[in-house]
Amino acid sequence: MARAAISSSASSEPGDVVVLEARHVSKSFGNIHALKGVNFAVHKGKVTTLFGENGAGKSTLMKILSGIIKPSGGEILLDGAAVTFSSSTDARNRGISIIHQELSLAPNLSVRDNIFMGREIISNGQVDFAEEERQAASLMQELQQSIDPLTKVEDLRLGQQQIVEIARALSVNSRILIMDEPTSALSATEVEVLFKVVHDLKAKGVSIVYISHHLEEALLITDYAVVLRDGTMTAYAPRKSIDLEWIVRNMVGENYDLGSPPEGHEMGSVALAIEDLTVPAKGAAGFNVVDHLSLSVKAGEIVCIYGLMGAGRTEMLECVAGRLKSSGGRVLLEGQDVIGLSIGERIARGLSLVPEDRQRDGLVQTMSVGQNLSLASIRAFVRGLFVSNGDEQALIGKSIKQVHIKTSGGKAAIGSLSGGNQQKVVIGKMMATNPKVLLLDEPSRGIDVGAKGEVFKLLAEGAKRGLAVIYSTSEVGECFSVAHRIVVLRRGRISAEFTANTTKEKIMAASGESKAA
Amino acid sequence: MAETKSMSNNSQGKARKFDLGELFLEGRAFLALIVIIAVFSFLSPNYFSVSNFLIMASHVAIYGLLAIGMLLVVLNGGIDLSVGSVLGLSGIIAGYLMQGVELKSLGVILFEPVWVVALLTCVAGALLGAVNGVLIAYLRVPAFVATLGVMYVARGVALLITNGLTFNALAGKPELGNTGFDWLGFNHLFGVPIGVLVLAVLAILTGLLLSRTAFGRWLYASGGNMRAAELSGVPVKRVQISVYVLSGICAAIAGLVLSSQLTSAGPTAGTTYELTAIAAVVVGGAALTGGRGTVRGTMLGAFVIGFLSDGLVIIGVSSYWQTVFTGAVIVLAVLLNSIQYRGRKTA
Repeated sequence: MARAAISSSASSEPGDVVVLEARHVSKSFGNIHALKGVNFAVHKGKVTTLFGENGAGKSTLMKILSGIIKPSGGEILLDGAAVTFSSSTDARNRGISIIHQELSLAPNLSVRDNIFMGREIISNGQVDFAEEERQAASLMQELQQSIDPLTKVEDLRLGQQQIVEIARALSVNSRILIMDEPTSALSATEVEVLFKVVHDLKAKGVSIVYISHHLEEALLITDYAVVLRDGTMTAYAPRKSIDLEWIVRNMVGENYDLGSPPEGHEMGSVALAIEDLTVPAKGAAGFNVVDHLSLSVKAGEIVCIYGLMGAGRTEMLECVAGRLKSSGGRVLLEGQDVIGLSIGERIARGLSLVPEDRQRDGLVQTMSVGQNLSLASIRAFVRGLFVSNGDEQALIGKSIKQVHIKTSGGKAAIGSLSGGNQQKVVIGKMMATNPKVLLLDEPSRGIDVGAKGEVFKLLAEGAKRGLAVIYSTSEVGECFSVAHRIVVLRRGRISAEFTANTTKEKIMAASGESKAA
Repeated sequence: MAETKSMSNNSQGKARKFDLGELFLEGRAFLALIVIIAVFSFLSPNYFSVSNFLIMASHVAIYGLLAIGMLLVVLNGGIDLSVGSVLGLSGIIAGYLMQGVELKSLGVILFEPVWVVALLTCVAGALLGAVNGVLIAYLRVPAFVATLGVMYVARGVALLITNGLTFNALAGKPELGNTGFDWLGFNHLFGVPIGVLVLAVLAILTGLLLSRTAFGRWLYASGGNMRAAELSGVPVKRVQISVYVLSGICAAIAGLVLSSQLTSAGPTAGTTYELTAIAAVVVGGAALTGGRGTVRGTMLGAFVIGFLSDGLVIIGVSSYWQTVFTGAVIVLAVLLNSIQYRGRKTA
């Protein structure tokens, strides 16, 4: 906590003016502390970048700065005076706009209508479309874009849509622009255009708060860096005194060891063999999201699947688990083809999936922790007609201990648990089915480092007992802490396979991750 | 760290203060029932008597039977608008079978014993429910639309069979061996109307189904989060079809009890009863979004609505006012539901 006490003004460059300042800002949702006392400043005409892993609290901080949610503690200073935003509209009226990761444009409306949505220019009781169009055109000119204001947004490329979002923010004279992962869906050239726009905005005195997972790319435009980890601000410094290594060290924590792949146990025979598996894209898109993919995993082996968004990781795992239909290929569980079996039948044979999105696919929010834990294995407790309460409670007690869930007991509400513990419930639920093969789709998403380490430990213990594990991730670093073998997926195919002693760079290169020049 | 600790203490303190309010929320249907009985007993000397309670209970039985089926559907996150029409059609089918089925080729008229009629009627209800279920689970028709369609079709078929008329000869003839249809509606066992006993037995069975069987857990899970349930190996489609089949059977039983009480079966019987059933489920604390609700709550809901409207009749309030009161009670119940579930989410 000592680091949080850094005075933000102390780390300002001479000549820079502070426009927005966060002092000891904290936020908790129930028992979950998303932010624990964050201090930093946004300077006029400068880019302040927030770094942090998933779940570090970046989005929460953004939402507080833009008035979407209120902090539970601390204060926000705008031009040196304490302010509280009653809503995002209030924040926008004071010159703070946010561009969300998921664009908030109406695709069926034109660029002009989107820019002036909710603040239409009215004259004589009607919308003055001509004036709107003129202003929209001049905004586009300012941003050096040749987008016709009457084009429908759905006809624009994603990068252009981002520009429209920026134009909308500028049209309300925003002095502070918050950009949440603006480049995640952009091509390299579109990123260049965006960065040029950012430079122009800086020259006009607009301050920018920037969030990105692409560290190297973000460093190109950063003036000040704020690093968050588990809701705590671990570092704040101007650009000239930092480098990439510094950011990573502060993001991940230098002393935290996520462990290494389990060793010293014999691997068994092949537990799961995927042969020539093909999954067509949704609708009649005409391409395959999983394209003639073959992969086999031995009992006791942990295979990590790395790939970018849309590489086909989730589709592959969901198809193996039985949620998605394949158009070709076989899935052999201990030599027997399970294609054509229902999800329940596959679970009964020992093939379980921990899904990517625990809120949407993993947990039943209306049921208790215990009921969630026993859901997948409840058939095992049926005695005659009824579920045996004793057996079920015994399993729940055992599961809570086995996967170390911090809860007041099996009767607690799911919502009372932190993200990491919720994730452990989903893992515990599938572990309770005594799987031979466990598939995990990004299980570390949105959980803190400590919980991540515990999840890895669980997998390592499972592997030593002979469990075959397929683990998918979008964070390269994780592969080294848990995997015996790393498989890189790119456009539905395996583009490379590595043993655990490879480098991050090789893996990222194989995934097709472009580093902006 | 001191700051975060004190904050969590605060939130716990708040939760404790809310306990009294929560108790009131949890038991609101029960409290409402007590208030209704107390108020009407005060207003009318005829209200508080065993015989009146039994009469009112046999009215409640009809809605209650529909509400049990509706509860299962609502727990699944669906809705069944067809129950009123299925009730009507079931009565008609029973009536039709009681008149005797003429087999022209054999030159005989077949008079089935009553238990066969009852069984066939339940099978018809189950089939109609299965139509709903297949439409919703496999053909992906939204529940509201599918059951709305079946509601119209069933009502239309009931009118077609009778040509708009009513079957009156439901008592049967001793020489044909098909008497006893009025048993369900008129007889008593230990002084309690058979219809009420049927409701009680069905409520207990459903309670066991929900709380003690794997099916019950599957139903709560698939209503709470169908995707998560599916990925946990729950046969979600089978569960979905089952609840509509069970709802159809409940409606058929209600149809039998009603036509037995009236010893006649009209094609328009049960019109708008589906709404009363939904109201009972909602007043009983179930969430229309699925996953939350109990049989006990639904039974209380049915009794609240039944005892309220009968009470208004007894004290001589116009039927127009009854409608207004019933509507107000339903809205109030849903309002309290949303307060209750919102409170849970943030806690």
